[in-house]
Formats: sequence, structure tokens, C-alpha cells
Amino acid sequence: MIERSAESLALQDQIDKCVHCGFCLPSCPTYMLWGEEMDSPRGRIYLMKAGREGRAQMTDGFVRHFDACLGCMACVTACPSGVQYGPLIETTRGQIDRQHPRPFADRLFRSAIFAVLPYPGRLRVALAPLAMWSSVVSRWSLVVGRRAPDDQRRTTVDQRRTTNDHRPSTIFTRLRAALALAPRVTFSSLFAPAVPERTPAIGERRLTVGLLTGCAQRVMFPQVNAATARVLAAEGCDVVAPAAQGCCGALALHAGRLDEARAFARRAIAAFEQPGVDRIGVNAAGCGSSMKEYGELLADDPAWADRARAFASKVRDASELVDELGPPRATRHPLKLRVAYQDACHLAHAQGIRQAPRDLLASIPGVELLPIAEADVCCGSAGIYNLVEPDTARQLGDRKAGCIAAVNPDVIASANPGCTLQIAAAARRRGEDVRILHPMEILDASIKGGW
Amino acid sequence: MDAAFVSELRRIVGTEHVLDDALELLTYECDALPHLRESPAAVVLPASAAEVQAVVRLCARHGVPFVARGHGTGLSGGALPVPGGLVIALARLNRVLDVDIPNQRVTVEPGVTNLEITKQVAPFGCYYAPDPSSQQVCSIGGNVAENSGGAHCLKYGFTTHHVLGVEAVLPDGELIHIGGTLVDTPGPDLLGLLIGSEGTLAIVTKIIVRILRRPEAVQTLLAAFDTIDAGGAVVSDVIGAGIIPAAIEMMDALAIKAAEAAVHPNFPPADTVLIVELDGPASEVKALFGLVHAICERRGATTIEVAQNDEQRARIWRGRKAAFAAMGRVSPNYYVQDGVVPRTRLPEVLNRIRQLEARSGLRIGNVFHAGDGNLHPLICYDERVPGEADKAVDVAAEILSYCIDAGGSLTGEHGIGADKSQYMPTMFTAEDLDLMQRVRCAFDPHGLSNPGKVFPTPRLCGEVPGPYRQHPAEAAGLAERL
Ligand SMILES: Cc1cc2nc3c(=O)[nH]c(=O)nc-3n(C[C@H](O)[C@H](O)[C@H](O)COP(=O)(O)OP(=O)(O)OC[C@H]3O[C@@H](n4cnc5c(N)ncnc54)[C@H](O)[C@@H]3O)c2cc1C
Ligand code: SF4
Ligand code: SF4
Repeated sequence: MIERSAESLALQDQIDKCVHCGFCLPSCPTYMLWGEEMDSPRGRIYLMKAGREGRAQMTDGFVRHFDACLGCMACVTACPSGVQYGPLIETTRGQIDRQHPRPFADRLFRSAIFAVLPYPGRLRVALAPLAMWSSVVSRWSLVVGRRAPDDQRRTTVDQRRTTNDHRPSTIFTRLRAALALAPRVTFSSLFAPAVPERTPAIGERRLTVGLLTGCAQRVMFPQVNAATARVLAAEGCDVVAPAAQGCCGALALHAGRLDEARAFARRAIAAFEQPGVDRIGVNAAGCGSSMKEYGELLADDPAWADRARAFASKVRDASELVDELGPPRATRHPLKLRVAYQDACHLAHAQGIRQAPRDLLASIPGVELLPIAEADVCCGSAGIYNLVEPDTARQLGDRKAGCIAAVNPDVIASANPGCTLQIAAAARRRGEDVRILHPMEILDASIKGGW
Repeated sequence: MDAAFVSELRRIVGTEHVLDDALELLTYECDALPHLRESPAAVVLPASAAEVQAVVRLCARHGVPFVARGHGTGLSGGALPVPGGLVIALARLNRVLDVDIPNQRVTVEPGVTNLEITKQVAPFGCYYAPDPSSQQVCSIGGNVAENSGGAHCLKYGFTTHHVLGVEAVLPDGELIHIGGTLVDTPGPDLLGLLIGSEGTLAIVTKIIVRILRRPEAVQTLLAAFDTIDAGGAVVSDVIGAGIIPAAIEMMDALAIKAAEAAVHPNFPPADTVLIVELDGPASEVKALFGLVHAICERRGATTIEVAQNDEQRARIWRGRKAAFAAMGRVSPNYYVQDGVVPRTRLPEVLNRIRQLEARSGLRIGNVFHAGDGNLHPLICYDERVPGEADKAVDVAAEILSYCIDAGGSLTGEHGIGADKSQYMPTMFTAEDLDLMQRVRCAFDPHGLSNPGKVFPTPRLCGEVPGPYRQHPAEAAGLAERL
């Protein structure tokens, strides 16, 4: 049933590399929740293999196990055999997308996501009603802090309560989840001014950095982009933020919508191909990881392959950049803060970046970093996962929020907008009012000497 | 499997925890020995001992054979399903029930991973000693069933030396408790019988293990040699000098290459490397470590690296522990064998293996617990090349025959399972095997619990092969035929 294109033959190598040792099982969030082999990395790879051998058909059941995968890449970190699960799941999802008819409501919901999220203009329109609502709410102070019932306040989640019902979520649960996840936007945040096209370095220039302002980041967290630009400038970077840039294509890539992802990638590459841009700085983990993959994504496109590779080699996460710049130039003013740093999967597992953001935070006098349990387990956000698989995402979100609450931080540091929304929603369910900031915002505050 | 049976299963554990869709069952058809495959009729995932008990009772009533499964990392096909049978997967029985630091014991359910126990007690300066390379994933239930060991078992012993008691469900559904919270309990050592029985006697549902205090000092070195003989000589010299290292491990060039590709432990490109670790009181470790260092030098070590801190030590061990699974870096498929030879015969057997490698054309990596003489030849093959998988099996069989010839054993720690049951008669006499069968019959008269494993030919209890011959134990009045 599975196509035998050149692309899929290359993947056979990855499948063959899996020696069925199971070392990846305990790191997989869905295996952690359900303990079922077919919802483990090893099981999923086995199903892909069975598909190729003609022993499995692309039935609803088959598709369920790939829909349930978060694409968190924890299995890649765990695998001693070096199986690259990323391309495996992306290709399998692509094949599912092309060959497996989904029910109408499911199709519609997915199309809507891909028609709205990557386009800042449309996203603003979609979020506007929420902004209106929140302005009403704040005016009448309708919301009083609610506390969750005791049993939701436990710090760990008993596996016995987490059940895989092997069924896709209904449109109603999905819509409800989307509303619960939506950021607390206001009109002023929605229409905050964009980062200027050029922010000059303070003092002698060390590098010129192109800043990806992102699609969702730009609309939901404009302050993160502003802080990133300020920090990089303070550290001696000319920061350019081309207006022509759009979405980087990460959401499409991770969902296996490869052609869509390629189109986004070409546009991003073109937007940043300006003379003198040494690095492309990214402050959203999911975007950074897919931009680093542009080389492979466009490898078969002769007109773009070289440009894509050149671009990918310049991509850095913002924390990586600060680390690369060397000894801090701007003074760090003390901030008395207990910070829990949340590892975004697309930083920790996909890009192997764990230490740089921690070092960056630890360099601020007065900041105390609190280690959280299960730090390397996905929070359930996972791109569009919490929109299409809300039940599983909620279980993982609750688990994460519990681990964070156990250390009782003043601030949660999160370097990915998806995680920020997901953890905020989970904390709200617990009746907690938490403060979640991007590490760049914290560093910015330290450099400015206050919030 | 009839519908009534399945719906009864669903009633016991809940609908979602019974899998009978052909596609899902596929993923349960093998463990970490993927060339042996068999699809089960259904998989059930109970969440408590009571549910296990109810499921086993149901099987007993319907005469349905069942196989316990932990996390499926077994290397001898122990968790290979039985045709038409049920897999009882224990992954959801994963609670740590009690951590008792003052009495140095921990009580867990069988699905808890080996490493989780150490994680639980590490903040108190303790650890769980048996450390299979698969410790991050293998279940304690699986460890008990296989009597698993690891690099540090030379000094600290195998699983059987660290389990104080278990709760288990017998094949008729009865819940029993063996051993307890103390190091010894009156009566025959039933615990010893159960540990290593590979799921053929009972399903373990709760385990009480002993934990140890972290030793005061640990010293580790990595020495490289030009020949296996030189490495082997060091092992003999160290042990001959009366030193019991915490671990003494050897790897050959191919294994080094795979580990290097996987986790970059920075091993020297040598024919053989030896990892020696000493632990204990600081003064003792210091003195003995100097001796070990001198022995390595005397035997011509080309490089000796001493780990300067925990980070460096962890890096060395990462290289060793990733070695099997890392074979995926150098070969599409591999087959790990597990045999034991007397320590002094190690170099001779290894040289025979190298000749076999040249003759067969299949590359063979070697990673082994040198102190115990426990070999793990890694036979590389490509299942897409017709005939290679079978050839790998033949090569493995030949290696095992070398072990037996040298007065060794068929398995050091991975168990017999489905993989090696046919070789049992090369190691045991018909009488010995018969006695084992009768013990099994005492626990499982209807042969429902993991049938077809361990013993060469599945037999019904009471069935006697060939003409009746009295077993010496029977003659001595110690056993009787059921
Ligand atoms: C890369 C790799 C490295 C390894 N290294 C080592 C090593 O260094 N040392 C070592 O000893 N082993 C090693 N192993 C083998 C394996 O990890 C062990 O045998 C382990 O104990 C199996 O545990 P499991 O949970 O995966 O059991 P499974 O594979 O699921 O089952 C193994 C056997 O145990 C039985 N069983 C499982 N749970 C129960 C229970 N609760 N009650 C009764 N029977 C049960 C099954 O029926 C089966 O017969 C390694 C395996 C791999 C893949
Ligand atoms: S750890 Fe790697 S090789 Fe082992 S089962 Fe998982 S994906 Fe396969
Ligand atoms: S990507 Fe994450 S959820 Fe998917 S198989 Fe790997 S570990 Fe599991």
C-alpha cells in the first residue's frame, strides 16, 4: 500500500536501522500513558515496516497510531541505533494525507488549521473575537480565580487513569480544546507594531542576524520578538526582520504536508537572502528545527537545493546565538526569580539544545533555576497536536503542569509559543495563575534592568 | 479465540485494554529478537494483580495458553506469543509501591523499569545493583523471569541475589507470596526456582528488591590492546591477584566502531578494549586500582585512560551499554548470542569465533562480561539477502557449541526462551531435563504458562519420552512422576 518513490526507498534505510531493541519505549509520551506497543516508537516503525511488506493496510486503525504520535522526537534522543524518526513520521503522514480519506469534519478542521495558523492576517481575524471578549471580561472583572478540585492538583498522573480509546476526537472536543488553548489576547497585543525591519547593533557590530518573526509568534507573542531583537542588538548584532517573510512551514512539514512546507521554505529563504546576513535567528523551537531541515526538504529541487542548504547552515536558535556570541557584552542586572525552564521538544530532542537556554538564564544574577521532573517529556503541545488530539494533549499537559507546580516557580521559561499556550491552559485547569515568559524576555528584562 | 472469551477479558480489564485487531497484534509478534515471530490471538493489559489473577483464571478455565510480557526487550524470544494464545502485557502495572530507605528495600510492580528503581532511591545515596545494558527500558518482571545480570554482576551478583520476595499468580489463577522482606525465609528456596523461570511457572505481580548504598569510591579505566589474548590475560591476572572488580568488560573492534558511531564515547580504535571498574572504601580502591593499572601496562596496553570524574565514567559506560543496540549503525540486522565459558578459556573460544567469522563471511562483534566469561557475540547479517538470516542462526549455534565444548553454558543472562530450547540437550542429560519438566508440571500441570519455551520439546505432564527410566532423584525418593 505504501508508495515506492525514491523518497520512500531512502526511508527504508531508517526502518532497517531499527533493531527492535525497545530503548526508545520509556521516553515516548504515548507509551508512557498507555503502555501499548503500537503506540510506541518501536511499534510505529514496525507498522511502517509491515506496511511496506504488504502485511498492513492503511486502515483507520493504522492511521490512528500515527495521528497519536506527537512528533516530539524523544525517541530520536533515546535511540542508540541512530534511527531518524523525523523523516519517517513526516513521510508516513504525507502518505496518509494523500491516500487516506478522512471523515468530512476531520478534513474540514485540519484544512481550517492550515488555512489560518500560518497566516498572521487571518490569525488576527480569528483571534479578534477573543480580544473583544477579553476586553469585556477585564472591564467587568467577571473572572475570579477558580481552584481546581483536589484530585486535579496531584503532581503526577496515575497511568491507570489514562486510557487510549483508539478513537479520533470529535469536532466538539477539538473546538472546545482550541478555545481553551487560545491565548489571552487583547486588541493592543493583537495589533502591536511589528519588529522594525532594521535594529542597529549597540556598540561595535559582531554579527548581522536575520530574525524570523514567525506566524503565530508575531500575532500571539509580539513582545517575544521585540525582546529578542533588543537582546541581540544589545549583544552587538544588527537585526534585520524582512517584512516579506511569512510562515517557515514548520506546521505543514510536521504534518507531512510537504509541498505546502516547501512553498513556505522557498519564500523564507528568498526573504532572508540579503547581503551580509550571517545568521538567521529563531525564537520558536518548532520553527528553528524545521528551518534547519530546509536542506533535506528541498534537496530534490535543483533550483533551490544549494540555497536551502546555505540557509539552513545559518539557522540558530536565539539562545544558541547568544551562546555563540561569546562573553556577554550588555550588563545583566539582577532579577530575583525562581525559574523553571521547560524544554521544548523541538529544541531539546530535535536540535539537541538543552544547555544554552539554561546557561543564558543562569547568567542572570539572582535567577535560580529549578530542575523539574520529567523535563524531557513532551507537554502535549506538539505543533497542531493539541488541536487535533485534545484528549491526549490534555493528559500530557496536566502531567507537565503537575511537575512544574511541584517546584513552585515564580516564572516558567518556555522557548516555544506552542508550549507556552499549552502549559498556560493546563495551569488554568489547575486554577493556577502562572507567569510564562520566553527566555529572551527574561534576559531582556535583566539587560534593561527591570520589566 | 472465541468471542465470549474476549468479551470476558474486556469485562475484567476494560474494553480499551484488550487488543484483538490484527494490525495491533502485529506489533506484539516479537521481542528484541525479531527473527522469531508469532502473532497472538489477543493482548490484554491488566492494571492490577487482581486483574492479572482474573485473566489467568479465565485462561485456565478455557485452556488458553498465555505469555507474560514486560517491555519486550528479551533477546531469546521469551515473550514470543503462542499461536492462538494470549499475551498478558504488564506495562501498565508500573507503580513503585514502597521505598523503604532505612531497611534498604523497594517494592514495585513488575512493569517498573530497572532504572526507575535506582532513580527513586538515588537521592538517598542508594542504587539497585543489577544493571543490564537495557536497564532504561527492561522491566523488573522481565529481569526476575530472566534472572538478568549486567556489567556489575561480577561483584554484586544477578537479579536472584537482590530479590527478597515476590507476589505471583500461578497458572491456575492462585495468588501466592514467596520470600518476604528479609534476606532469608524458612522452607525451600522457591524464590530461587521462580527467578529465571522465564515466565513458565507463574506471572510475577509484585517484587520486593534490595537496594545498596553507593560505594564510597569508584575508579574506572579503559585500556586498549592489540590482541584479544592480551586483554584476556589482564582479566586472568586481575582476578588471579584476588581482586574482585565491580566490573570487567571487553569489546572488540567492530563493537567499538558501532558504539563510537552511536554515542561517541571516545574509545581508541583498537583491536580490544577493556573496561575495569573498582569500587568500595576509598583506601582499598586506591591501592587495588594501582595494581590493575600496573597489570594492564605489563600486558602491553597501548593506551590507558582513567576516568577523572563521574562524567567521564558515564561516557565510558555509555559506550559499553549502547554497544548492542548500536549495531544498527554498522549492520541492518544483528543477532546477539549469549554464552558462557570458563574465564581461562576465553582467548581460545574468541579465537575460534574469529576463525568462524572469516569462514562464514558474516561479521561478528564481541562484547562481553569478561570477568564472568559471559560472551555476547553480535552476528551481523542482512535479512534482505536470501539465506543470510538462516546462516546467522547456524553461526550462533556453532558459537554455542564452542561454549559447551569449553565446559561453559548456553546462556549467561538472556535466557533460553524460544531461541535456544533446542540446544538444551547439548548441556543437560535427559534425566536433568526430565526433572526440570516435573518441577514445571508441579506449577503448571496443563502447560498454559509460556509453553514452548526453555524446554526442547513441549510435553504434557506425565508424558515420558522413550522407555521409562527412573530419574536419580526419583530413585533417591526426592521426586516423583506426576
Ligand atoms: C540492547 C539490549 C541489551 C541487553 N542487555 C542485557 C544485559 O546486559 N543483561 C541481561 O541480563 N539482559 C540484557 N538484555 C535482555 C533483556 O533486556 C532482559 O532479558 C530483560 O530482563 C527483559 O525484560 P523485559 O521487560 O523486556 O521482558 P520481556 O522481553 O517482555 O520478557 C522476557 C521474559 O520474561 C517473561 N516475563 C516478563 N514479565 C514477567 C512477569 N511479570 N512475570 C513472569 N514472567 C515475565 C516473559 O514471558 C519472557 O519470557 C538486553 C536486551 C537488549 C535489547
Ligand atoms: S531505540 Fe531505535 S533501534 Fe531501538 S527500537 Fe527504538 S527506534 Fe528501534
Ligand atoms: S515522536 Fe514522540 S510520540 Fe512519536 S513515537 Fe517518538 S517519542 Fe513517541
